[in-house]
Amino acid sequence: MAQIASITLLHNDDARPIIEAILADNPGVRVLNMPGAVKLDRDDELVINRASVEERLGRSWEPQEIQLVLISMAGNLDEDDDHFTLSWKH
Amino acid sequence: MTVQIKTIDLEPKRHTFGHIARRLGGDKPATRYQEATLDLQATDNFHYKPLWEPEYWHYDTRKTAVVMEDWYKPLDPRQFYYATYNISRANANQAVERNFTFVEERDLLGKLDAALKAKLISGLLPIRHLHWGSNMNMAEACQRGYGTAVTAPCIFSAGDHLGMAQIVSRIGLLLDEQTGAALDTAKDAWMNDPAWQGVRRLIEDTFVERDWFHLYVAQTLGVNAVLLDLVYKHADAAWGPAAVPVAMLTEFMADWRAEEGKWSDAVVKTVAAESEANKALISGWAKTWIDRAEAAARPLATALLGDAAAATAAADAARTRARSLGLSL
Repeated sequence: MAQIASITLLHNDDARPIIEAILADNPGVRVLNMPGAVKLDRDDELVINRASVEERLGRSWEPQEIQLVLISMAGNLDEDDDHFTLSWKH
Repeated sequence: MTVQIKTIDLEPKRHTFGHIARRLGGDKPATRYQEATLDLQATDNFHYKPLWEPEYWHYDTRKTAVVMEDWYKPLDPRQFYYATYNISRANANQAVERNFTFVEERDLLGKLDAALKAKLISGLLPIRHLHWGSNMNMAEACQRGYGTAVTAPCIFSAGDHLGMAQIVSRIGLLLDEQTGAALDTAKDAWMNDPAWQGVRRLIEDTFVERDWFHLYVAQTLGVNAVLLDLVYKHADAAWGPAAVPVAMLTEFMADWRAEEGKWSDAVVKTVAAESEANKALISGWAKTWIDRAEAAARPLATALLGDAAAATAAADAARTRARSLGLSL
């Protein structure tokens, strides 16, 4: 059975471009809307690309900035300048 | 016993305004930028015809020769609306203040020798008048333009030019111990120094351009890309030992050019891509104003740097930039 990589973000203006980028870049992602928060689940891997977020945000964006809207996450984190990836790969 | 806290997600009846939803092709959450921009400008039901220009309505697409089916296509990639613009500029201003404090505390400009001070006064300070003219031009593009997508960033740009004029003025006050005498000398250079007369003539000629998009092209590709870039980007060598403090104090101008360039390029590119007729018109305007700006920049570059190579370099960079936007020069 596939393990689920997951991220939970605040659902506000700052997070919306990130959420949209995740929806665009991760086919098969499952969205759970909660009051004020949104949980995004995907089998095996969930990736946030800097370029996709910047395109929606209209300014430069560093993956670290996700901390400002991050509530929770599941998976091993691989973060660098260009992406923020959660997966169960070691 | 375990207590499970349940939450209910209430789906809002509407995510955004009707006119935004029609633009987005469905009712989904819109960004503040979209809500503060799209279809904001009034289009119909004006009460009185403007008597000062009775051939037009207040907002009229015929005030420029370029034709857009939809003036909300040239959106701002920076997504600036009132709040984001002001937050961004407030942060930039903090950096400016810090740099001024740094330079003032160490008296980096005050202890320059008199000749170099005089060169800064006659070579750098008069550009505040060019900024003031640019402020007029962008305000004009805002008031004659069509569609909030373009006109709102135009007035932001006008504000930026005023801010930059103030930064330059403060450099003058650092040079003359806050008396303002340097600003008077600089005004005299702007009015009489042969190095500046081409620049002054150019900006004064733009004041009478009634086609607002023509004016926009003249301002962004002529004035900004050639004249401002010459002074802020290509003239470091002119300031000798003052190059670093001048670069610090004009840091905002460099950041602003990089940032505003993204917007002005996107607008020109989108409008030129709309039709062959637009492309031909804008290409003609860009060529005229880049050529004129180069001619105006040559005596200034010679006065600052000893030869006109920097003017040519700035103009060539502007031409390359214009070509990259799909224009044929």
